[in-house]
Amino acid sequence: MGNLAIKIEDVSKLYELGTIGTGTLSRDLQRWWANVTGKEDPFMKIGQENDRTRRSDTNFMWALKDIDLTIQKGDVVGVIGRNGAGKSTLLKLLSKVTAPTTGKIFIDGRIASLLEVGTGFHPEMTGKENIYMNGAILGMRKKEIRRKFDEIVQFAGVEAYINTPVKRYSSGMYVRLAFSVAAHLESEILIVDEVLAVGDAEFQSKCLGRMESVSKNEGRTILFVSHNMGAIRNLCSRGVVLNNGRIHSTGTVTESIAEYMRGNLSERAVVTRPSDPSKDLEFLDIRVVNKSGEVTGNILSGDSFELQATVNVRRYRENATLSFRFTNQDGIPVLTTALDDYLGQYRLTQGEHSFRIKIDPNVLMPGKYEVLAAIFETKVQMFDLLEQAVSINIENYGTLYRDSDRKGVVAPVFPWLVSETGINK
Amino acid sequence: MDKTKQEMEIHGEQRWSEVLKPKDNLLNIRLGEIWRYRDLIQMFVMRDFVATYKQTILGPIWFFIQPILTTIMFAVVFGGFAQLSSDGMPRLLFYLSALTIWNYFSECFTKTSSVFITNASIFGKVYFPRLIIPISIVVSNLLKFLIQFSLFLGFLIYYLIDGGYPIKPNLAILLLPVLIIIMAGISLGAGMIFSAMTTKYRDLTFLLTFGIQLLMYATPVIYSVQSIPEKYRGWVMMNPLSPVVEAFRYAFLGTGQFSVFSLTYSASFMVVLLMVSVVIFNRVERTFMDTV
Repeated sequence: MGNLAIKIEDVSKLYELGTIGTGTLSRDLQRWWANVTGKEDPFMKIGQENDRTRRSDTNFMWALKDIDLTIQKGDVVGVIGRNGAGKSTLLKLLSKVTAPTTGKIFIDGRIASLLEVGTGFHPEMTGKENIYMNGAILGMRKKEIRRKFDEIVQFAGVEAYINTPVKRYSSGMYVRLAFSVAAHLESEILIVDEVLAVGDAEFQSKCLGRMESVSKNEGRTILFVSHNMGAIRNLCSRGVVLNNGRIHSTGTVTESIAEYMRGNLSERAVVTRPSDPSKDLEFLDIRVVNKSGEVTGNILSGDSFELQATVNVRRYRENATLSFRFTNQDGIPVLTTALDDYLGQYRLTQGEHSFRIKIDPNVLMPGKYEVLAAIFETKVQMFDLLEQAVSINIENYGTLYRDSDRKGVVAPVFPWLVSETGINK
Repeated sequence: MDKTKQEMEIHGEQRWSEVLKPKDNLLNIRLGEIWRYRDLIQMFVMRDFVATYKQTILGPIWFFIQPILTTIMFAVVFGGFAQLSSDGMPRLLFYLSALTIWNYFSECFTKTSSVFITNASIFGKVYFPRLIIPISIVVSNLLKFLIQFSLFLGFLIYYLIDGGYPIKPNLAILLLPVLIIIMAGISLGAGMIFSAMTTKYRDLTFLLTFGIQLLMYATPVIYSVQSIPEKYRGWVMMNPLSPVVEAFRYAFLGTGQFSVFSLTYSASFMVVLLMVSVVIFNRVERTFMDTV
């Protein structure tokens, strides 16, 4: 036995977009026949090489390209990347849902994937029947399920309803039961994709706890995909950053998270504008700066950050002021901060002014925000307006990590004062 | 720990239990793997039964009602109105015998032909040998066949006791398992080819219902081969399903054409069809998720 669990060699995955095939059955049949008899594809364009491994028409998309990766046994690897980076495709290949276009994947050990929990659940069947069904789909033998049955039921907390059809279950119970089956599967390699997006906070922490114990006590290899950096950091020892279907970097989980945050420049963290003489007052530069002084739109929810703005005043206007408004992805203006809040009647005299607005940690809920910047005289005149000046992505991290489904638009952390008042006897 | 996987590869010091590649041997149906998942076949069969008859008032009685109603309808329309010959047999028995074995074929075929589409959501998330589902369909329909078969036996015994009809069950009954295997094999093979093609061309699903009806008329279900003009008999017997239906009828009723040669023809057809279908199915199952 070697010490590698997974070795991925030069793997790529091509997806065909738009229509599949030549469009009609008869032409496809001819093409198939030509293929079988070793002749040339009669519908190939002249000069075009029908090499699927190299062709990159507009109709094709490499979901993964040239992936080389080795994973040691017992490693807990966090797969990090933006939407569309290829994370899910990678997990799909590993769990054999679809085959790679090129390259080879070597695996040592049984793989269990929690790509989506509850696969194969039938609403008419009871909880018990579904446990067996779902377990069998995941590759468990009947006796294996029987042995773990009580544990599974107990973990899911559905003891009382085990002989009830699952269509009578609440959605929470349903998910708990489904996760529980998968979590008790005996496999050397576990693949987990965002299952924690479901269920209530208590159950989520239970799942994380289960995964921690699986990796630490049982020494299993885990591949974990999540957008929750806190969960990744807590659970994983190593990280892989994917970007546009390629491996951007690999390393320890701390390095990888840092790499991901730094590399994630798609957020408009800075806007610089040329001076416009027709304006009396104008923004020259607005940027988002994290705690360490780097310009980035990716901010961890537990960190403070700064908005920095440079304003050019060509002509003094007595009542001019400026403000920034944060709007979340639901379009709700979450907060506005204005110059007069803090500095009272600061006079925007002729010349350049630089402002640094320090935003406290734990103010904004994790999510994306657009920042509107305006210089104006209240109810009189707008001097300069940038509707979407910069955008900020607050990454879930730290205190909130066990509760990624928290409701609300702000996320301040308040002091909780506690005193034991004794028990009434 | 399970180490029965076929693909072991030594790669330096490292041993691998599995290697995933773009292309695999298309004739390799990985029987060992299917065997490891045998419990899943059982679960699918059970699910099929539970799902079909839950929340119906009559429940499993439907297994009996369906063939009886069809048989009565055939007896009235084809036997009564159209005066088609039933070889001197009681009409009910004549139609029921053929329908029992025909239903097994048509049910298996219809269900397997939509395997990829109806199970796309499961296939997209979990891996298990895809052949498990067609196999479980064949098995679960075998159970339904046995239920309908017992119904047929009931009628057969009734008419035997009643006398008055020249019913002569004979030793060909021993061939029943062979007949069932041929029917299962052909429906599985045809269904798998269809299911592989329907992932790309959904149009085929519309053709299917029509095609099965047509096929039934090309098979001696509502008529016997003896009753049709000599010049058409050869054509009807070209249909690999015909010898099976005829043999079934011959075994239990003693009427109909029975020849080892034509049954061998059906069996060979089944083997070739199964091989072709496995190749096509294997080809599609690896990447069909990308096209559905």
